[in-house]
Amino acid sequence: MIRDPKDLKRYTASERANHWVVGISFILLALSGLAFFHPAFFPLTQLFGGPVWTRILHPYLGVIMAIGFIVMFFRFKHLNKMTPADKEWLSKVDQMVDGDDHNMPEQGKYNGGQKVMFWALAISMLLMILSGIVIWRAWFDLPVDIVRLGAVVHAAAGAVMIGLIMVHVYAAIWVKGTIRAMWYGTVTRAWAKQHHRGWYRQMTGK
Amino acid sequence: MALQSLDIKQRSATTTPSTQVRETIEIAKLIDVSACIGCKACQVACSEWNDIRDEVGNCHGVYDNPMDLSAKSWTVMRYTEVEQDNKLEWLIRKDGCMHCADPGCLKACPAPGAIIQYSNGIVDFHQENCIGCGYCVTGCPFNVPRISKEDSKAYKCSLCSDRVAVNQAPACVKACPTGAIQFGSKEDMKDYAAKRVEDLKERGYDQAGLYDPQGVGGTHVMYVLHHADKPDLYAGLPANPSISPLVALWKGFAKPLATLALAGVALGSLFHYVTKGPNEVSKEIEDEIEREDKEEAK
Repeated sequence: MIRDPKDLKRYTASERANHWVVGISFILLALSGLAFFHPAFFPLTQLFGGPVWTRILHPYLGVIMAIGFIVMFFRFKHLNKMTPADKEWLSKVDQMVDGDDHNMPEQGKYNGGQKVMFWALAISMLLMILSGIVIWRAWFDLPVDIVRLGAVVHAAAGAVMIGLIMVHVYAAIWVKGTIRAMWYGTVTRAWAKQHHRGWYRQMTGK
Repeated sequence: MALQSLDIKQRSATTTPSTQVRETIEIAKLIDVSACIGCKACQVACSEWNDIRDEVGNCHGVYDNPMDLSAKSWTVMRYTEVEQDNKLEWLIRKDGCMHCADPGCLKACPAPGAIIQYSNGIVDFHQENCIGCGYCVTGCPFNVPRISKEDSKAYKCSLCSDRVAVNQAPACVKACPTGAIQFGSKEDMKDYAAKRVEDLKERGYDQAGLYDPQGVGGTHVMYVLHHADKPDLYAGLPANPSISPLVALWKGFAKPLATLALAGVALGSLFHYVTKGPNEVSKEIEDEIEREDKEEAK
């Protein structure tokens, strides 16, 4: 199973499982949520057993994702504190996007972009949970003004979150050798040295 | 139920035009509050014609019964005692769906065809398409739709669309013993209202007038009020109802824009990949590590 015993362990089995719970529930939530977001996406309700089932299931999927996300948040929070090196990385992000990483400052386990992603997702998730509770009519019956606000916030935060996840997924596809970390938890030493040199030093002592 | 004899003007969650070829006249129900005696014959007729029996409730010490609209009570009489100028007035308003020209419920609904506006102005719920999300409740400026606890579908007054389709007046109109509820073309109802308003003004109600709020494009249920300057007196009838700006934002231009933005992110990623290429681990670093391994093995 392990191609090279010297590969670096980036994620434990429990962290990976946690990520997949969040990932699967997110995909189902995005598909079912988009169905009610705009009529163009309404046919997506067929994936969930029809429109009424989609309406019933969506909030429960939300509960699963919320729990998974909160656990993951506390697991990775301490690794996502912003440092001056992260700010420098962010100021040069255009070079990175352009495909030239030679001038990028040395990064720890996560780079500045990943940390921004972490906090943006955390804020979006918080908004999704709060507004989602407000508009969940099966269990809650709140004043109409609050429900109206909740509906707007839920739609807006949902759209932002889908956009963020698209970037998150694309970054993993773009940076070769990344996706295996999500499957079996390891990355090659070369990958770590190139993209997260600080973390590479910490792991190898070099 | 969709009615073949009624043309559909607008359908919920539908972005293409509905039938436009045939023009039908706009109809309206006019409720003359000044002629209402509060007998509740309209409530009974509504229940009879639509064949719905609400649960028998309790007496709350007031005339209102049931106390509120429900999935099984599509119209209720609301009684208000108002004291002004040393005069006690008993204001009675038959509450129910106003059949707005610009219906907030229809705008908010995410289920295609669950809410229909006919070209004659009736706004109808088609429960077979309703998904029970309650967005119509959020969209309504009059607090009318109710979600059934039994089937999670939304219900409200249909203006007896089934009767109107075969040229019959709504059941409540038929049952009203004083002629306080009138039904006909919207133009005729406005003319009738103008006469009633004139009469009320002669009798000293200077502020009498027609309630046909323009904030929702006018309504197909209108009131003649003796105090048209203070609709609020009649159990909180809103003075200037309109679709909440939050609902307008939520259901307006924001969503198509957000959809385009998401498509932009997806396409942008794809074109980034094909123009800039993948971000591979450099050969140099791979060789470096291989060299180190060999040295260590020695």
